[in-house]
Parts: sequence; C-alpha cells; structure tokens
Amino acid sequence: MKIIACIKQVPDSEAKVKAEGGQVSWGDAPLVINPFDEYAVEGALQQKEASGGTVTALCIGPESAKEALKHALAMGADDAILVSDPALTSLDTVGAARLLAAAINKIGGADMVVFGRQTLDDGSGITAAQTARVLGWPMLGLAGQIKVADGSVKVERVIEEGRQIVSAKLPAVLSVVQSIGEPRYPSFMGIRKASKAVIPIWSLSDIGASAPAPIVSRAELITPPTREVKCEIITGESPAEIADKLADKIIAEKVL
Amino acid sequence: MKTLVYIDHFKGEVQPASWEALGVAKSFGSASAVIFGTGLDALVKTAFEFGADEVLTADDPALTDYRAEAFASTLSALASSGTVDLILFPTTSRTRELAAMVAIDLNTGVLVDVTALSLEGDKLIATRPIYEGKLLEKTICSGKPVIATLRARAFPRPAQDSSKSGSATKVAAKTDAPTTVEGYTVAEAVVNLGDAGVIVSGGRGVSNNPSLTPPVGMDEKQAEIWRAQQGFKLVGELASVLGGAVGASRAAVDGGYIPYSHQVGQTGKVVTPDLYIACGISGAIQHLVGMRNAKVVVAINKDADAPIFTQARYGVVGDLFAILPALTEAFKKKLGK
Repeated sequence: MKIIACIKQVPDSEAKVKAEGGQVSWGDAPLVINPFDEYAVEGALQQKEASGGTVTALCIGPESAKEALKHALAMGADDAILVSDPALTSLDTVGAARLLAAAINKIGGADMVVFGRQTLDDGSGITAAQTARVLGWPMLGLAGQIKVADGSVKVERVIEEGRQIVSAKLPAVLSVVQSIGEPRYPSFMGIRKASKAVIPIWSLSDIGASAPAPIVSRAELITPPTREVKCEIITGESPAEIADKLADKIIAEKVL
Repeated sequence: MKTLVYIDHFKGEVQPASWEALGVAKSFGSASAVIFGTGLDALVKTAFEFGADEVLTADDPALTDYRAEAFASTLSALASSGTVDLILFPTTSRTRELAAMVAIDLNTGVLVDVTALSLEGDKLIATRPIYEGKLLEKTICSGKPVIATLRARAFPRPAQDSSKSGSATKVAAKTDAPTTVEGYTVAEAVVNLGDAGVIVSGGRGVSNNPSLTPPVGMDEKQAEIWRAQQGFKLVGELASVLGGAVGASRAAVDGGYIPYSHQVGQTGKVVTPDLYIACGISGAIQHLVGMRNAKVVVAINKDADAPIFTQARYGVVGDLFAILPALTEAFKKKLGK
C-alpha cells in the first residue's frame, strides 16, 4: 500500500507567540513537526505494518521544514518530499489543498493520504477535507481506528456524539485523532537514517502549479491582553468549611 | 445580506451553536436555515422559533446519516446561485468538513472557529483565535459567498419564540457519496464540552485516593483505573449539581480513566465555559491553552505550586476527595437541589 502522510512544521507548543509589526513572532522557540501530524505519521506507519507498502512524508513549507520531515523519517517513513518555492508567500487552506493535491498527483497518487486533525498554528483543521475534495477522493475525517481490507478502508470516526463507523474504497484521504495511538519515538537507527537523508525539494513548476492567490487574508494580528488572574486561596478548618466558603464565592460570581 | 445558516444536528439533536449562528445571520439581514436529514418537522419549527426567515430542507433517506460528500454537494448546489453572501455554521466535527468542501466547490474561503464577526462597509471581518489562542487574527475572505464556522458560546443565543412557525421549502438532495456509514458506537453519555456553561474536570490526581481499596484480583493498572473511576464519580456528582459537563486532562485520558471525548486542551477540545473547576489537574501548558478563556477558573489540587493556580480565580490546596463531596453538598444546599 502506498501511503502519504501530510505534515506541517509549526512553532513548539511552549513557544511564547506574539504579534510583532503585524507578523507572528515566536522568538527563538524551536520549530517542530505539528504535534497532531505525529499521529498522522503514526497512523500511516501502523497501516504500512499491517498491509505492507511505503510511507512518504509530504510537507509544504520553507527549507527549514526539512527538519519536520526528518522527524517523520526518523519515526520510520520511507521517504520525504518538501514542496517549497519563493513564490509561496501567503498560503490559505484552499491554496495549500490545491498544492498538496498537485504534489500527490506528481508522486503518482497513493492508496491513502493521512493528515493530522489540525495544525497548532492556524488550527482550522480543514486542509484534509479540502485536499480530498480537490482530488475527488472520499474523506474519512477524525479517524480513531483504521482497518484496511480488500481495497477498502473502514474507520471509526470520533465525533461529538460517540463514534461513527464509515467505510470507503481506496484511495481515500483520512485525518486521524489521538485514539490512533501514541506516536512512536524516533529510534536511534531512524535518527541516523534521517540525518543522512537527502530530501528532494519540489518547486511550484515541478508540480505543475502556480502560486495560488489567497482568498483569505489577514487584516490585523492581535496579541490578546494577558489575563491577570490573582488566585484567592480558600482555606478553612474542615473540608465542609472550605466548600461552604468556595460555594459562596462561586455563587457571587454569577456564573451558575 | 442573504445568509444560509447550516443547522448541524445528530439524529435530530441540534448543536445549539447553530441557533447562535442564526442570530448572527439575522443581525446582517435575511437568514435562511438549512436542514438536511429525514423527519425534520420538529427542527423546522424550532428554526422558525429561533428567527429563521425561511427554512430550506433536503429531506431524503440518503441524508439520514451524515456523509461529508453528499451533504457538501447538496449545500454547494443551494449556495451556487450567486445570491448568497454568507454561509454560517456552528463549529463541529461535521461542519469543519462541510465548510471545507463547499469552499472548494464554490472556490471561496473558510474562516474557522470565528469568535467575532462584523460588517465594515461591505466587508465582513472575522476574528478568530490562532496559535492555540495565543493570538487573534482579523481576517477577510475575498470570495463569495464568505464561509464561516462560529465557535460555540461566542455569540448570544437568540430568544426562542414558540408562537412562531412556518413551512419548509424543500430543496433537492445530492445523494452521491463514496462512503458508507456502517453504524455507530455511541458513548454512554454524550459529551458536549464546547457548549457547556460549567465544566468540572479531573486529572491524574483523581486516581490517587489512598483510602480506597480496589476489589481483589485487580492488577496494579486495573486498580489505578478503578480508583480513578471512583474519583471521576465525585467529579461527575459536582458537575451534575451544577448542570455542567465532565472534562478531563490528557493525563486522565491517556491513563484510561475516561474516554477521549472528555479531553480538554491541545489534543482535545478548547472550551470557554463560565465556570471551570479543575480537580487534580496540575495544568500543563497543553491543558491551559484549552481552558484559560473560561470566565472563572477554580483549581483544587494538593500541590500548591501546580501551574493550574496561575489561571485560577479561586484555589483550594487540599485533598480533592474530601473537598469535592463537601462542595457538592454545599451547592445542593445553597442552590436548593
């Protein structure tokens, strides 16, 4: 089975992200593979282990995003491709989906394309569905469990009301959630392999695309005022006394 | 301005933020509620009660179960006439997909999880949190229609007027979909953290009650989960008295104490209740990003240095197994329950 895991590079979750001159700044915080996309790589590797085949990690980003692809390689992906082009200055989700679809076609298609649920930066969580729509492939979103048999895939989708079991013929696009299983740690051998890997860079012309004109654009970036929370510690002689005081405080907040 | 409002429901249970979206649409002009499925009469009536100017239904057995492709194609056909300025959705697992696909069909953009929407001239400006809420961006969509999904509880819910009614306008369903719904495994209790006004959450600490003796024959892990489940009963009892939902930290979910659907934080849900009570949760940054915009946070933890206290308006440093039952009792008395 030919599997593609789509990943993105983002500032680490611990980064102090600020608005500076209308741009997003994360200081010297490290850039990492989007944590949700580690689940995508994990899900892809599980399917490779179950059915055989290859896992290709695919990423759009600046050259520095090779590091995120190396993480996927170290986890066990067979190869990696970076789509990068100086003409890509601002990319919205529709544009990203069209480029990913073009890159997937250039790879020669796949049986399964796996995404993480969303990214830490934009957080829209819609690129997987948009890529599926551009490709014209079935979309199986928020999969917590994946089973492939006889050219079909069956997933358990984790939705607000429980789990929906859905199947489709391959090829299909999936997004995965945490229930898929904790992403494996890169092995020592994997890290060595990744550090030596030569990751091809595909330009827009390589994938037969031009820079998509963004439909969604940012007018303003705001750092929300930090909330000054002063914690009032409630004390008392007994749990009952503490509970009594705390209940009164909460009721006085008029939030019930 | 003409707005289509997608009413998101599961077997007739509406995600309440759909009504909030209807209220936003009304404030901009005419609001057409769009409902897909079968047996929709009750929902149609409710949509009129919440202020819909018209209700469009695709009532077709092929739409009984949500399937992204069929639903998206039906909606795209409705919105492709060029007369629709805006399509609003509540933000849910289904609508992220639907909005995404309709945007591809109509070659327009999507603004996801919007917390404020204003009309400046003829431009819609949408405010949405990015980078886990560390930043807010104001965005503009140059495509038409503008597509936006609204975060639950970010907009007021319109008043429901039960005297209102009307009849639905039927629209054609597009029934082609490459997926087959084979069934559901529904959680014991439906968790709707996004809409909850009160959330009581438990973390790793709920498994640490030393005074409990697990039934004989359990191994260490089973005993830990059993202890945690007793702890979550206390969390659930407080949530129930307050009419709230039960949340959990990632540690509690990873520990197998409670299903993933309860998880608050980076890999779970971002919530904005009026009251958030964190019990036995230390407050890793990944949890804090999911709950720090709650109006009032209360933390109960035995570790006075736990980071959760930096976000809390009120804190109790102590034994949650003693405090929680006492707090439940206190509220029962004070709230007359």
